[in-house]
Amino acid sequence: MAAVAAPRRGMSVVRARRLKLKVFRWTVFILLGAFFLVPIGAMFEFSTRGVGEAAPRTLAAFVTIGQYPDLVGAIVNSLELAALTSIAMLLLLVPTMIWVKLRLSSISRTVEFICLLPLTIPAIVLVAGLGPIYLWMALNISDSILTLAFAYLILVLPYTYRALYAGLAAIDVKTLSEAARGLGAGWGTVMWRVIAPNMSGALLNAALLSVAVVLGEFTIANLLNYVNLQVEVAQLGRANAAVSIAVAVASLLFVFVLLVLLSFVGRSRRMREAQ
Amino acid sequence: MRSGVEVRLEDLRRQYGSVVALDGLSLTLASGELVALLGPSGCGKTTALRLLAGLEEANSGRVVVDGEDVTGRPASRRDVGMVFQAYSLFPHMTAWQNVAFGLQMRKVGAAERKKRAGEMLELVGLSGFANRYAHQMSGGQQQRVALARALAIRPKVLLLDEPLSALDAKVRSRLRDEIRRVQLEVGITTLFVTHDQEEALAIADRVGVMQAGRLEQLGPPTLVYSRPATPFVASFVGLTNRLPGTVRGNEVEVRGTRLPLVQPGGADGPAVALVRPEAVTVASEGPSAAGPLLGTVIATAFLGATSRVTVDLGDVTVLAQLPTSEASSFTAGTRVRLVLRPDPVLIARENDAAPSPA
Repeated sequence: MAAVAAPRRGMSVVRARRLKLKVFRWTVFILLGAFFLVPIGAMFEFSTRGVGEAAPRTLAAFVTIGQYPDLVGAIVNSLELAALTSIAMLLLLVPTMIWVKLRLSSISRTVEFICLLPLTIPAIVLVAGLGPIYLWMALNISDSILTLAFAYLILVLPYTYRALYAGLAAIDVKTLSEAARGLGAGWGTVMWRVIAPNMSGALLNAALLSVAVVLGEFTIANLLNYVNLQVEVAQLGRANAAVSIAVAVASLLFVFVLLVLLSFVGRSRRMREAQ
Repeated sequence: MRSGVEVRLEDLRRQYGSVVALDGLSLTLASGELVALLGPSGCGKTTALRLLAGLEEANSGRVVVDGEDVTGRPASRRDVGMVFQAYSLFPHMTAWQNVAFGLQMRKVGAAERKKRAGEMLELVGLSGFANRYAHQMSGGQQQRVALARALAIRPKVLLLDEPLSALDAKVRSRLRDEIRRVQLEVGITTLFVTHDQEEALAIADRVGVMQAGRLEQLGPPTLVYSRPATPFVASFVGLTNRLPGTVRGNEVEVRGTRLPLVQPGGADGPAVALVRPEAVTVASEGPSAAGPLLGTVIATAFLGATSRVTVDLGDVTVLAQLPTSEASSFTAGTRVRLVLRPDPVLIARENDAAPSPA
C-alpha cells in the first residue's frame, strides 16, 4: 500500500504545483487584460451614452463619424500614410539588411545603432530638427500631408528593424541567395522569390508595426501642422467628445483586428508546415 | 547523356586583407572528369570552388570554361551547378519546385520544365518525393534534391562544396557513391571539395591536395596515396609514421632496415622517413629479445576488417595496420618485433613541419 501511496502523493504535489501555476497565470492575464481593457471599455461606454438623463445607449457617435468630412479626410490621410510608410520601410530596410548581412557584416553594428536611435530621441526633438526641412519642402516641393511618411519612416525604424532582424536570423540567407544566383537568378529575383517568401512572417510583422505606429502618431503631425487621424481626434474632442472617443475606439479596434489577422496568417503557415 | 567540357583555372590568386587564401592556383579539369580538392580547413579549396562558381572575385588569374573566359561573369550567368555543404533547398518550395527553379530562371516552358524536373528527380531516385518540402525530407534526401536541382539546368560544370559533411557516416558513403554514379551517367566535369580524404580517394578521377593556397600534388588517388609528392601530402592523406633515419644514396636506413626512396637524389645525411602503417608488420617476440625494431604494444584499435596496433620502440611510437585476425594476439604489453616492408618511402628533412590533418 505504501508503495502505491508514495507515487500518488508525488502526483498530487505535482498537480498542486500545476494548479498554483495556472492560478498565477490567470491572475496575471486578468490583471493585464483589465489594465488594457478597462480604459477602452470606459471609452466605449462614454461614446455610446445617449444625450440627456436616462437616455438609452446609442451608437449614434459611431454612425456620425462619416458625417464629419474633416474626420474622414484625416482617416484617409492616416491610412495612406500608414500604407506609404510600410511600403517605403520594407523597400528601404529589407534590401539594406540583406545586403549588410551578405556583404557588409562589418557595419551591421552601425546599422543596428542607427535603426534603434529614433527610439531614444523624443518626438519633440525630432520635430525641432525636421521643422526647417518640412518648411523648405512645403515651399519648394510639396506641402502634402503624405510627406510626413519621411518622418514616420524614421519613427518606425527601431520596431521594424527588430522584427526583420529576427526573420533574417531564422534563415540561411547566404546559402539560399548563393544557390539561387547559381541557378541563374538576379539579385531582384533572389530577394523577391527566395528571401522574402521565407521571412514573410517577419515582413508582415514589420508592416503591421509600422501601421500601428503611424495610426497612433500625434506629436509630429501636430507640431508640423498636419492633420492626421490623432490630431483630428484631439481637435474633435473639444467640439464633440463622443464622436472623438468613438473614432479612438474604432481605430484601436482596427489595429486589434489587424493583429489578430496577422497571428492567424502566421498560425496557418506554421500548421501547413507542420503537416 | 552528353560529354562534359574542359575547365581551366589559371594562376588564380585571392587575398582577404593580408591573408592569402589562394596563391596562384592552376588546375585543368578534363571533360567529364571528377577532380577532388582535398586539404585542411583554410587551405583555399573552397575559395577555388567559389571563384569557379563566380561567388567571389579573383584578385588575378583567369577561369576558362569550355574555351571561354568567364572570369568577370557573375554567378547567375556562369552555367554552373552547385551543391552546398549547408542544406540549401528553398524552404517554401517543394522538391519539384526547387528543381524547376533554375529552369524557370532560364525561361524554359512549363511543360518542358515539369518533364525535366521529373527526370532529374528520377535520376537521383526521388520521384516519389516531388511534392515534399525540405523539412519533410532527411538530410541525405535534401542533398539529392539539391544535386538534381544543380543538374536540371544542364550546367557545364558541377561544383560540390563538401556536400556530405552534414550527413551521418552511413548516409555519407551511400550518397558519395550515388553522386559518382550520377556524375558518370551525366558525364559532367565536376569539382568536388572536401576535407575528408576517404571521400576524395573513393570517387575522384584525380585528387588535388592543397595547403596554404597552393596545390601540393595532383594525381590519381592511388598515386597520391602511394607516391606522395611532399611530406605534407604523405601526412595528410592517410596515416604516416615519422621515423628518423639516415639517407645513403638511393636508400634511407631506418633502425637497421634499408628502404628505397621515392625521390632519390638528395644529399646524404639524417632525415625522417615517412612510413605508412600498412607497410609495418608485427611479429611476436620473447620478452628478453633485443634489437632496434623491438618494442611493446601500447594499444590496439579495432577498425573492422583491420586493426591498428601502436607500438612503443622506446624513442618513437609506431603505428602498424594489419588484418584484425592477426592483430588480435597483440594485446597491450606484448613484446613484438616490427618489420618494415621495403616500399619506396618519402623523406622529410628536419625543417619540414609536420602538418596536422583537419
